Amino acid sequence: MLHSESANVLGGTTHWRGRNYLTISLRRLLANKIGVACLTIILLMYGAGILAPVVTPHGYNDQNLANVKQSPSLTHPFGTDRLGRDIFTRVIYGLRTTVILTVVTLTTGTLALGITLGLLAGYFGRLTDTIIMRVGEITTSFPDIFLVLIIVLTVRPPMVEWLRGVEDTLGIHIVHLGIADYFALSLGLALFSWFGMARLVRGQVLQAREEQYVDAARSIGCRTPRLLFRHLLPNVSGPIIVLVSASLGGIAGAEVFLSFLGIGIQPPVPSLGLMIYANGSLSVLRTNPHLLMYPVGTLAILLFTFSLLGDAVNDAFNPRAR
Amino acid sequence: MSSYVLRRLMWLPIILFVVSFVTFILGRYGPGDPVQVLMGQHNNPAVVERIREQRGLNDNIFVQYGRYIGNVARGDFGESYKYRGRTVTELLKAKMWVSAQLNIAAMILSVSLGISIGLFAALKQGSLWDTAAVMMTLSWQSVPVFLTAPGLLWVFAWKLGVLPTHGWDGFFSTSIILPAVAMGIPGVAIVARLTRASTLEVISLDYVRTARAKGLPEMMVRRRHILRNAMIPVVTSLGLSLAGIAFTSFIVERFFGIPGVGNLLIESIFARDYPIIDGVLLIGTTMFVMVNLLIDLVYPVLDPRIRLGQGNVA
Repeated sequence: MLHSESANVLGGTTHWRGRNYLTISLRRLLANKIGVACLTIILLMYGAGILAPVVTPHGYNDQNLANVKQSPSLTHPFGTDRLGRDIFTRVIYGLRTTVILTVVTLTTGTLALGITLGLLAGYFGRLTDTIIMRVGEITTSFPDIFLVLIIVLTVRPPMVEWLRGVEDTLGIHIVHLGIADYFALSLGLALFSWFGMARLVRGQVLQAREEQYVDAARSIGCRTPRLLFRHLLPNVSGPIIVLVSASLGGIAGAEVFLSFLGIGIQPPVPSLGLMIYANGSLSVLRTNPHLLMYPVGTLAILLFTFSLLGDAVNDAFNPRAR
Repeated sequence: MSSYVLRRLMWLPIILFVVSFVTFILGRYGPGDPVQVLMGQHNNPAVVERIREQRGLNDNIFVQYGRYIGNVARGDFGESYKYRGRTVTELLKAKMWVSAQLNIAAMILSVSLGISIGLFAALKQGSLWDTAAVMMTLSWQSVPVFLTAPGLLWVFAWKLGVLPTHGWDGFFSTSIILPAVAMGIPGVAIVARLTRASTLEVISLDYVRTARAKGLPEMMVRRRHILRNAMIPVVTSLGLSLAGIAFTSFIVERFFGIPGVGNLLIESIFARDYPIIDGVLLIGTTMFVMVNLLIDLVYPVLDPRIRLGQGNVA
């Protein structure tokens, strides 16, 4: 079925006239069972994370010291932790942390920075190109998580201090929401996540620049920004979507890794990495395995789904993967 | 070829400069005054001032950076804040050897098992074995070490009780098995997948058919004509998976209580012991860059068609 569809596309039959490349690719993704399953799971997890206050039965910081380390039950589906907090609630809020960080890092770093710099490098060439590409090559020639680590480590505390000052003057409470953590982490991750996208967009632009539609657009008087964003960008959107879906798992994993090392999200804000760090010992495994099992299981499902989705999206959207 | 190596070597100091400068400056302006950490509860301003002067903390930040780099070049990463009187070099040396052994064990496992599985699957392409191998690598590749480490602990150390739960007794002991397997599993999957793909590509090429046609024994065809040519893309990827393995080392060391760099780094992060953090980051970066350079140098040995520095290699 898939093959006949792509054959139709190539043949340019009337059946597909009026549909653009993105619609066709999306249809191809939705025809893939694994792709649909992955999309469903991720939408469920992201939806639960976004709607965390609505879908969770308890507050993420509600302690009940009379009811600690309970095994899973009807009131506490995943059991309770050492402070009697509901683990199901904390896992969902941990997903919210993942949602916030992946979305913010993707939009600021990968998409905004990456696409803009890539378009600039590809379109203007010469010195702009050299500078952007050399800087990017430096950032990829060593394990960037090292610098993310030191940036998050040092940027977060002054941020918290500053926010405390804001709190005092405005009389609102925001520090405990973990805004400083989210900011420091996504800043660190965004600074190093743009180059893959920039290199991809640059390459695509270099190819597309020779195409006739660019000449045509310029001949009717398009200015550079319009040319870049309205004419060039839509034509390179396929590989961009593929790269975005492939990089989701990496960002989620980096947050968990940094929180595990103790520099990402700080307690009491819930994060899967923090929950795993706090319960990552043999004694917990022996006595209360559910403390570790549910956060780890959720993380494993999330990362596995991201990885499968990346493959499915690649099959559907990559013009060369057919 | 030599010009290519030279160009790559010229990048090394620039990368090291960027990394060392950022870590040093952020460390100095970051939270946690080292002298306060040293002083503990006995806070005497006169003594604080004397220590600052002694350690050169009152100098211009660039002077301090220059001095730091000068010392690092001689292998001196300064003195730890937390462990008073002990140098970073001395602390790191023992821990790095432990972590290195663990990493090497995981690498050996990933490469040997990965190549075997990949080759096996490719030679039996389309069979049930092939499908099983593909499914296995697919699931192993994205299983986080957060799951494998406690999972292995639970099964082999707790339920079966056949392997030690934690600790470190050197390379040739049973205590290295579980952590090395936990670290190696994603590597096995990546190497196996790549090996399978590149073997399938090579297997249908003319020279393999020629080799068979001229009557070479099947073993010889596989070793000399298939494996050797299929290894080129696999070697390329080793550098990247090496970095991946190094990071799982931080997590695995904590789960299995191994006294390696990972545990030291976590400890130093909590204590804000910047000399150690900077030292670990700098050494890690240098090793990563050097290993990748080394891998670039191995290409032409595997594939004589590749001449570094000529044409579009990088």
